[in-house]
Amino acid sequence: MLKYIIRRLIMLIPVLIGVSILTFSLIHLIPGDPARSMLGEKATEAQLESLREELGLNDSYIVQYGRFLGDILQGDLGESIQSKEDIAIQLLHKLPATVELTIFAMLLAVIIGVLAGVIAAVKQYSWFDNISMTGALFGVSLPIFWLGLMMIWLFSVTLNILPPSGRLTSGVELNTITNFYLLDSILTGNWLAFKDAFLHLLMPGLALGTIPMAIIARMTRSSMLEVMRQDYIRTADAKGLKKHFVIFQHALKNAALPVLTVIGLQFGLLLGGAVLTETIFSWPGIGRYVYLAVLGRDYPIVQSTILIVATIFVLVNLLTDVLYKYFDPRIRYE
Amino acid sequence: MKKRNLLALFSLLFAIVLFVSACSDDANSTDSDSDANANDDDQATEEASGEKTLIFGRGADSIQLDPSKVTDGESIYVTNQIYDTLVRYKEENTEVKPALATEWTPSEDGLTWTFKLRDDVKFHDGTDFTAEDVVYNFERWATSAEYIYYGYMFGASEDDLGGIIEKVEATGDYEVKFTLSEPNAPFLQTLAMPPFGIASPDAIKEHGEDYFKNPVGTGPFVFEEWVPDDSITVTKNENYFGEVANVDKVIFRTIPDNGARFMELQSGSIDMMTGLNPQDIQTAESDENLQIIRRPSMNVSYMAMNTGKEGPMSEKLVRQAINLAIDKEKLITLYEGIGKAAKNPIPPSLWGYNDEIEDYGYDVEKAKALLAEAGYADGFDITLYTFANPRPYMPQPKVTAQAIQEMLKEVNINVEIIENDWDTHLSVTENGEHDMAFLGWTGDNGDPDNFLYVLLDKDNAKMGSAGNIAFYKSDEVHDLLKEAQTEMDQEKRTELYLKAQELIHEDAPWFPIAHTTPPIAASKKVVDYVPHPTGSEPFNLLDIKQ
Repeated sequence: MLKYIIRRLIMLIPVLIGVSILTFSLIHLIPGDPARSMLGEKATEAQLESLREELGLNDSYIVQYGRFLGDILQGDLGESIQSKEDIAIQLLHKLPATVELTIFAMLLAVIIGVLAGVIAAVKQYSWFDNISMTGALFGVSLPIFWLGLMMIWLFSVTLNILPPSGRLTSGVELNTITNFYLLDSILTGNWLAFKDAFLHLLMPGLALGTIPMAIIARMTRSSMLEVMRQDYIRTADAKGLKKHFVIFQHALKNAALPVLTVIGLQFGLLLGGAVLTETIFSWPGIGRYVYLAVLGRDYPIVQSTILIVATIFVLVNLLTDVLYKYFDPRIRYE
Repeated sequence: MKKRNLLALFSLLFAIVLFVSACSDDANSTDSDSDANANDDDQATEEASGEKTLIFGRGADSIQLDPSKVTDGESIYVTNQIYDTLVRYKEENTEVKPALATEWTPSEDGLTWTFKLRDDVKFHDGTDFTAEDVVYNFERWATSAEYIYYGYMFGASEDDLGGIIEKVEATGDYEVKFTLSEPNAPFLQTLAMPPFGIASPDAIKEHGEDYFKNPVGTGPFVFEEWVPDDSITVTKNENYFGEVANVDKVIFRTIPDNGARFMELQSGSIDMMTGLNPQDIQTAESDENLQIIRRPSMNVSYMAMNTGKEGPMSEKLVRQAINLAIDKEKLITLYEGIGKAAKNPIPPSLWGYNDEIEDYGYDVEKAKALLAEAGYADGFDITLYTFANPRPYMPQPKVTAQAIQEMLKEVNINVEIIENDWDTHLSVTENGEHDMAFLGWTGDNGDPDNFLYVLLDKDNAKMGSAGNIAFYKSDEVHDLLKEAQTEMDQEKRTELYLKAQELIHEDAPWFPIAHTTPPIAASKKVVDYVPHPTGSEPFNLLDIKQ
């Protein structure tokens, strides 16, 4: 097992090099000029030229890529072209924001999705099955931006029970340690901030979690249906075991494998796919950070951040693979 | 057994979710809850003392809070609160009035300007404001191409970073003298631009590269905090030499989505916002708690025709025909009530606007006749470059392009629309790849030179860095504009600009589209707010009625 993990970690290196080359080429392929986008439409050619020189944009791509790679290897993520901010420091704030949102959304998705899937499978063709699966169909089809705006309209404007956007109400003090606000508020025992941060998480979490929730529910249902027809389930039933014990102990564990795959993949997708949610709910995370950087041709931000996200993505997948073994002891890694 | 633990954990989480949502029936009541616990105290006292806070919602964060280094409106919006300039625009137009300088005298030849400064001003860091500080700021701006507006307004080049300003010297504790290398008629109006806000030299030296995060000026508000992508807070400067602000605090909040931002305004969590979706304007107008305030126009949107490209666009008759073939009134309906048809490159709010000019008008038959005369009776294929996202001067670029496409079909001109994101759009049009392209301009200093010279002079029709993307090169216009730049007498300058507009109208390098009045939505509690044509203004005069 350990060997396997180490091998996978080593595999990470070529993957990341590939990612960095791809990112670098793509961002340089789109037309546009960082100097222009920084200085705006009012800059003179002389100003543009001297800025390009200063930023090293006149060097060949190979030199620019080499410089980027060299910096990364020394642990230097570089600084933003536009704002001159150190990217590592920015990520220290923005990455936790996105990860917190993603984990929360995934928790909602897994809890509700798995439960709904299990119930729907056990009571196949019941009203619950029909309603939840129709709901799931809507869930995968709803555009997030529409859903998000509707939520704000309903919960913030009309009912006025949830804050419309941001991570904390301005005026609520919180000493940040990890920049995971829920965690920080627990660590500092600041329950007011905890409640505030939690309320701020609800809507974006739900909006972001809707699609994976729907996918997980459908996946759980079909996987459960398959397992429930197996002989060993009938045997367990025949032995007179309690129904919920059969369902959760025997069936769910064996049905979990495909569900787990979906969860792992969705988690990665959420990390990158939070742009819309972050935009609508003014969530200061990395999705929007990268999106704005692409628009502003802020090459260093795009390159470094995508590399970090790719690393997380690969690690989450590795974790998923390791978890397979827990759910299915027949799987052997060597 | 382990599985059961997992289940227990899930149930527990569920319980927490339910519990927290149950005890939070009103998210906004935390401020005034009577059973507020110890942690609530901060907010409670804030409410009790009746502190007035203005929360301003906008689509993007500031980039840097050093106005000399930025061109984005969102940075300037904030720095306008923190800094003062030597002279300032009047509240409603671009005429100049005293600020840090109380009086000024240009020499006969227009080559030297002497400013008398106030002697009672302190920077936010407590240091005194003197003539030396003015010198320090101007010398700093002349050290690098990073100081964009300085270079752009004063014509700095790589070899001569100072541009037309040869020397700035302190001729007394509170007197400063500028020596120019050539007379510059718009000089005073330029000095009133927000990028030339005077910063505290001590703070610049102290913070070095991080100065843009720790701005120190003399303005009506003092910088307090910046949470990137979230909010910027400034507080009232009690010792302000001008009118001390009515509100105690202004928070600029970044709320990227226009729709979400508007909903925040409706729910009362912000007081004011820019960047409304056109369809929300009416909603706001019919809402009894909200008001729409329109910023006076200092912009223009236009369709440039690439006169430098071989083919139909190089023919004056064709360009005139296109002007005739498009129904401008119909196009303006796409502006949803925030646009006024344009016939000149400069907006009517500027002096020098030529109202005598009669627009081409909509006349398909005449357009066809002109095309036939030019030898294009059978029409031709052509490209129209546009940008994806709305700009202040053009709320619906794509739909506007499609409307023009339809209208030009009538005269057998086949338009292919090419849509790019903003950055790409700028670079391809600068390189002259287009036949026709949309673009617009927001004025900087309220001087006609800032429109006509920048956008239509042959000096600025250089491939690769063109402000003049029509690549319109008229020697006659060039001579008029150059003369107007050095002429110090405003009446004579007006004459020159009137003439230039006539020539431009005749040559038709553009199809001028509209001047817009960008709407600002605000709670009715916000009073005495006067938006300035330049795009932003200090908030010391506005007030919030409780």
